[in-house]
Amino acid sequence: MNFSVIICGVGGQGVVLASRLLAITAMNSGFHVNTAETLGMSQREGSVVSHLQFGDFIKSSLIPEGGADLIIGLELSEVARNLHFLKKNGKIITNCKMILPSARSSNEKYDSEQIINFINKYVKSTICIDFSKIAKIAGNPKSMNVSVLSAAFYTGFLPLEYNDFLKTIESEIPEKYRDINLNAAKLSAETIMLEGNNE
Amino acid sequence: MSNKHFLMGNEAIAYGAIAAGLQFGAGYPGTPSTEVMETLIKNAKKYNYYVEWSTNEKVALETAIGASFSGASSIVTMKQVGLNVASDPLMSLTYLGIKGPLVLLVTDDPGPHSSQTEQDTRSFGLFSNIPVLDPSNSQEAYEMTKYAFKISKEYETPVILRTTTRVSHRCDDVVLEELKPSDENIEEFSKSSRWAIFPKLTAERHPILEKLQKTLSNKFSDSKFNFKTGTGKIGIITSGASYHYVNEAISNNKELFSVLKIGTPHPFPENKVIEFTNEVDSIIVVEELDSYLEDQLLQLLGKQGILKPIYGKKNNIFPCCGEYSVDIVKIGINKVLDSLKLQKLEISEKLIDKNDIIPLPVRPPNLCAGCMHRTVFYAFKEVSKELKKHNIQTIFSGDIGCYTLGNAPPLELIDTCLCMGAGISIAGGISRTTKNSKNVAFIGDSTFFHSGIPAVINAVYNNADVTIAVLDNRTTAMTGHQPHPGTGKTALGKPTKLIDIEGILKSCGVEFVKTVSADDFSACKEISKEVIEYNGPSAVVFRGNCVSLVKSDKKYVIDKNKCINCKICVERLGCPAITMNDEIPEIMDNCTGCGLCKAVCPANAVIEVTKQ
Repeated sequence: MNFSVIICGVGGQGVVLASRLLAITAMNSGFHVNTAETLGMSQREGSVVSHLQFGDFIKSSLIPEGGADLIIGLELSEVARNLHFLKKNGKIITNCKMILPSARSSNEKYDSEQIINFINKYVKSTICIDFSKIAKIAGNPKSMNVSVLSAAFYTGFLPLEYNDFLKTIESEIPEKYRDINLNAAKLSAETIMLEGNNE
Repeated sequence: MSNKHFLMGNEAIAYGAIAAGLQFGAGYPGTPSTEVMETLIKNAKKYNYYVEWSTNEKVALETAIGASFSGASSIVTMKQVGLNVASDPLMSLTYLGIKGPLVLLVTDDPGPHSSQTEQDTRSFGLFSNIPVLDPSNSQEAYEMTKYAFKISKEYETPVILRTTTRVSHRCDDVVLEELKPSDENIEEFSKSSRWAIFPKLTAERHPILEKLQKTLSNKFSDSKFNFKTGTGKIGIITSGASYHYVNEAISNNKELFSVLKIGTPHPFPENKVIEFTNEVDSIIVVEELDSYLEDQLLQLLGKQGILKPIYGKKNNIFPCCGEYSVDIVKIGINKVLDSLKLQKLEISEKLIDKNDIIPLPVRPPNLCAGCMHRTVFYAFKEVSKELKKHNIQTIFSGDIGCYTLGNAPPLELIDTCLCMGAGISIAGGISRTTKNSKNVAFIGDSTFFHSGIPAVINAVYNNADVTIAVLDNRTTAMTGHQPHPGTGKTALGKPTKLIDIEGILKSCGVEFVKTVSADDFSACKEISKEVIEYNGPSAVVFRGNCVSLVKSDKKYVIDKNKCINCKICVERLGCPAITMNDEIPEIMDNCTGCGLCKAVCPANAVIEVTKQ
C-alpha cells in the first residue's frame, strides 16, 4: 500500500502543521511516512506545498507529477496550481476561499468561481466548502487547517481512521489550543455528514 | 508510544550526535542546515553538552577543532557556502588529524532553493581528503551520524556528513535508541608538537593522509551503507535523495536492474564498486549536482581496464543542474533503455499538464508587512532619485539576508549581491572605478559580525568613498531568528556582553557614524541624504525590530474620504498589508503599524488605530 497526498495553501495557514498531524496519524497506524515542504526563500504569504506519502515502504521526498491520490487544499487557487500532481482518478477536498496576494498590480483580477469551474472540469467530485467559516464558528479562524483535514478523514478520502486523527490532535496540539481544534474537527465532520444527507 | 518518532532529517542528525556522546557543538545558521543546531540547543541541558552559535563558519570550525584537540566529541554545522568560509582551517586540519571525534554537518542545496550556489560537498571531500557520508532519509541520517563519530574517532580524521535539502528537510518515521546524557569527562588538551602545523609536519603527515584514503576505501567497501539490491543486468549506481527517486522510477520493472546505493562517496568504495560492475552489463549513474560518482567510476574502470557502457551526466543522459525527481530519473533511464532497444519505463498518466493550468495569483517573495528594511530602502530610493537629477548615480550593494529582497519589485534597489560580507568591499571597488557614483552597502547585523568587519577596516584603511548602512533588526532573521553577538544573548539563552555595532565602526576608524530608528521614515531619509553626501567612509546603523519577533499593538487604516487614489502606498512600497479593494487602497489586518504608508501619503489619509 502507498498513499500520496499534496497539502497546499499559503504561508501562515498552517500547511506544515496539517501535514504533521496527518503524518503522525499515519505513523501511529503502522505505516512508514515522509513529508517534504516546498516553500520559497524567506517567503511570507507565499505558496506552500507539503508532499506527504505513507505506506509499506520508505518513499522519496517528492510526489511525482500525476502521482497524488488526494489534494487537501487550504486555499483554492493553490489547489489549481498543484493540479498536475493529481492522479487521473485522484480526489480533492478544499477550502473554497481564495487569498489574493496583496502586493499585486491593480489590473490583476482573479475570480474564485472561475477557478472552481476549472478544477471541477478535471475532478467532478471535488469537495469545496467554506472551512474558514467552520473554523471561525469553532472559535478560532486559525483552526481552518484542522477543519479541512478533519473533513478529509471523515469523508473516507484517506485510508486512515477519523478517530485516530482526533487522537493525534489530543497528543500533538498544546493544551491551550486543543479544544478549539477538536471543536473545529468535529464541526467539520458534522458539516460533511449533513452535506452527505442532503445529496 | 514506541521509540518511533516523526523527525526532520536535521533533527535525526542532532539525535544521532547525542547518541554518539556529543560533548561540544558549534555552527553558524544557514538553510537547510539550521535545525541541527537548533535541536542540539533545545536538548543541551538534558543531555549535558556545550553548544554555541559562532560568529561565522570558520570560527565555528576552529572552535570545534579546539574542543576536538582537547578530546571532546564535537560537531560543527553549516550550509555548503559556509564550508567555503571554513575551508581554510579545514584544508590544514586534515594533515594534523584530530583527537576527539569531529563531524562536520554540511548541507547542499540542489535547485537551489535558498543558496547562491549548486556546489557539491562530496567533491569537497575528495579535494580535502576528508571522508564523506551521504544519507537518503532521516533514519539513515541518524545512523550515519553515529557512524561518522565512530569513523572520526577510530581514524583520527574529521568526517563530513553531507545532506541535501530534501534529506535535511524531509520528515520521516525514525526509530531512536534510548538517549543518555553525555560523559562529563573530557580528556583535555595535552601539549604535543602534533597540533602546530609547519611545512615539515605537513610533509611528514601527507603520506599518512594519502594512505588513510586507501584504508578507508577498503573499509567502506564492507560498510552496510553501500549495498546492492536486485539482480538485473543493467546496473544503477546512486546516492542521497536520488536513491529513492531511482527505487520509485524502476518499481514496476525491477527485474531489469541491479542498484548499488553508495552511502560513503569519499573515499570511493572501489572494491565494492568493482564487484558490482562485474555483475552487470552496463551502468547508469544517477546523482544530483556534480558528476561525482560518475567521475570516480570512470576513473576506476579505466584503472582496471574494464570496458563497459557508462550512462550519466557526461553523455547528457541526466541534467547537470537543478534538483532531480522521479520523472527526471525515468526520462534519463528511458534514454538508456531506448538505446538498448528495451521497453521504456511508464511515465504516470497525468490528470493535467502543468502548462495547461489557468493563470493564477502570483506570490513572489516579499519583505514582511512592516519590515524595517522597506522603510530604509524607500528612504535611500527617494534620495537616489534626487541625486540622479545632479547626474550622480547611487549604486547599492546588498548582502545575504532578508534584505536581499530589496531587489524585488517595486523597490528594486539592490544592484549587487554575491556572498556573506561582500557588499562593503564590492562597493569599495566600484567607488574607485565608476565615476560620478556614490556607493552604499547594505549589511544586516548578523552578516556584519560574520564577515563585514574586515571590509569596514579595508574601507577606512584605503579611504574608500563608501556608505555602510547596517540594517540592525537584532536577530538573524532569514534563518529563523538565531541570536548573534549584537543581541546580548548566547545560543543557550544566557545573557552575555552585547557587542555594540557603532562602537566597532568607530574603533575601526569610521568618522561619520550615526544611529537612526528605522521607525522614523523622515529621519531615515534625512540621514540617508547626509551620509551619501559625506565623502569618505561613513556609516549609519538603522535600528528596528524584526516584525516576526516583536508584535505591535497599533495598525493603520485608510480614510476613504481623504484618499486621492494616487496609489503610491500600493504600488511603490510593495507592502503585503496594502491591497486594492474596489479601486481604492485598503490596509489589511496583517498591518504591523510601521507607519511607512502614513509617512509617504500625500493626502494625509492614513490613520492610526489600536489593534483589537
